[in-house]
Amino acid sequence: MSDVAIRVENLRKQYRIGQRERYRALRDTLTEAMYAPFRRLRSTFQASDAQRPDDDHIWALNGVSFEVKRGEVLGIIGRNGAGKTTLLRVLSRITEPTEGCAEIFGRVGSLLEVGTGFHPELTGRENIYLNGAILGMKKAEIDRKFDEIVAFAEVEKFMDTPVKRYSSGMYVRLAFAVAAHLEPEILLVDEVLAVGDAAFQKKCLGKMGEVAQEGRTVFLVSHNMGAIRSLCARAVLLKDGKLQQDGDALDVVQSYLSEGIRNGYAELHRDVSLDAQFLSIRVTDRNGTVTQMFDFSEQVRLDVELEVRKPIQSPYLTVSIHTSLGVPVLFSDQTGDAAQCLSSPGVYRIQALLPGALLAPDEYMVNLGISSSSEKRVVHNPKSVTSFQIMPLKGRRARIPAIIYVDFDYRIERCS
Amino acid sequence: MVMQTNSSLETDGSKWTAQRSAAPPRMVIRPTRGWAALRLGEVWEYRELLYFLIWRDIKVRYKQTVLGAAWAILQPFLTMVVFSVFFGRLAKIPSDGIPYPIFAYTALLPWQLFSHALTESGNCLVANQQLITKVYFPRLVMPVSAVLAGLVDFSIAFAMLLAMMFYYGIVPTAAVLALPLLLLLAIATALSAGLWLSALNVQYRDVRYTIPFLTQFWLFVTPIAYSSTLVPERWRTLYGLNPMAGVVEGFRWALLGKTGATGVLVGVSALIVSVMFVGGLVYFRRMERTFADVV
Repeated sequence: MSDVAIRVENLRKQYRIGQRERYRALRDTLTEAMYAPFRRLRSTFQASDAQRPDDDHIWALNGVSFEVKRGEVLGIIGRNGAGKTTLLRVLSRITEPTEGCAEIFGRVGSLLEVGTGFHPELTGRENIYLNGAILGMKKAEIDRKFDEIVAFAEVEKFMDTPVKRYSSGMYVRLAFAVAAHLEPEILLVDEVLAVGDAAFQKKCLGKMGEVAQEGRTVFLVSHNMGAIRSLCARAVLLKDGKLQQDGDALDVVQSYLSEGIRNGYAELHRDVSLDAQFLSIRVTDRNGTVTQMFDFSEQVRLDVELEVRKPIQSPYLTVSIHTSLGVPVLFSDQTGDAAQCLSSPGVYRIQALLPGALLAPDEYMVNLGISSSSEKRVVHNPKSVTSFQIMPLKGRRARIPAIIYVDFDYRIERCS
Repeated sequence: MVMQTNSSLETDGSKWTAQRSAAPPRMVIRPTRGWAALRLGEVWEYRELLYFLIWRDIKVRYKQTVLGAAWAILQPFLTMVVFSVFFGRLAKIPSDGIPYPIFAYTALLPWQLFSHALTESGNCLVANQQLITKVYFPRLVMPVSAVLAGLVDFSIAFAMLLAMMFYYGIVPTAAVLALPLLLLLAIATALSAGLWLSALNVQYRDVRYTIPFLTQFWLFVTPIAYSSTLVPERWRTLYGLNPMAGVVEGFRWALLGKTGATGVLVGVSALIVSVMFVGGLVYFRRMERTFADVV
């Protein structure tokens, strides 16, 4: 009993669709009316698994139960609208559940947003105090941590400048720094890691890791599967307000990602007007098992299906990979004799094997292309057809400060 | 977040059961039904947040203005000048033997505090919706801080009143000791109206447009430009249903030594405000649970 931090029992939260716009201005009502048919469609769909088959309501949370032990770091994943944020809002008492209950043992701090309550006219120093108080810190506590917060945010020089003059990066760093120094026994975090530049994100991840090691209970909602996998031991997958899976973070993340593939990530939209088109792409490990998560040293295999409908003269096949932020990373092509067989109509299976220990841990997207090099025309060039992730490294080589890793042929000699 | 450590507070809504210091505080989240308990103790627990919100409002109020805090004096002072010229000089409205400028200014002080507090508190939940949807705190903190922040302007304008009293050679009587209570009454009036309006504003944005009209209307039914002695005797109790009438006449009585029907007015005002205040609190607490979903 005493090692339970949070116990959630059959928690349900109902939202009335239309509640938000019922009493607003006429202009709002008119614009909402345009979207109404779609919402109606969605609500009937959702109501099918709700107890009360009521058009006007959706269950954002529909009977969620679980327990979190003290010191556990729990990842919460799911698609948009699955109920993740609603769950955090209920647990942080911002909104009340409609049914069910939750018991919380310990001081709760919630971070649903960084910089909540920041006032643009106030200086950095003043905002630290204001934001700290809003997040639930005592003045004495803020006094004590003030220097640490300023150092973490790296904005020492601008402490007496109104934050409206800050760059957006500085603003976010300061906001996160305050939040990161919140020390509740239970921390509820919603997607705040999606802020700042890459270096600052790493720093935030590090801070979250520290928090977890101090034995505090952390609830982490994130779309960053790398963060979930590296920070959480356990994860729950929410779908349509229900708990779909609860277990080892790695397994839950895997099934979440592979569900995405089944749902059409890899199946490309058929367009018969094209002379040739890619039908599907699968990302698998070297043995052909579908996955999107790879260890650094693992090979990544792309299985592509291509249908050629009309003959292509001197076919030219391309594969390119860019990061999730759109930075082109590598390009590979196939032309000449090896690609020549693609010139006649038929369905082809193409396999491409990416070497392991090449791409640094990150998320990557894949573009495909088929063109005719003699006619100088692109036949089909789908972008970002699928994605895969290289997982963070463990052990000695903690971080690769670049996108590409190459094992050079070193020769080291002693000269003197 | 602040927890109880050695007392226990239980309501039909959320239960806060305190345990021995080593064990973590336990909190149960479940839907509340019907009327919620007021839980005023929780507002006290969040007094530091209250302090910072008041501090923020004060800090920000006159940022990037040339005249700064002088606005706190200018607003009632210029209104007083206009009133003195049109109502005092031209319309020759009787001011019970008190020089008209100070007669009007003394009334404008609590009035400005009230109307400003009413506007600010009425809009506070909507203006801070990003706080309400992202962080938990007792929502009562919001209108309370909006009302209390006005006290700084009041004190600045009050200094001006002292200067005017010196100029007109008015020496306050012992009645001045009642001033804090009258000030409290003014604050309570503003807060009770603010509680109703802010909670309604969350649901019905019409309130935002009603507030300027409401304050203007209220200004005319309050004895600021004129004296309540102009109101016929038999209507005076009814007139007292406007709590600000009691406050304003009370201020004149306490500071300028004006006599008249003040006692009845203040008594009726206090009674009305108590009813409005408790009603406002209960309504606010009842609506509070839906604020984050509706705002």
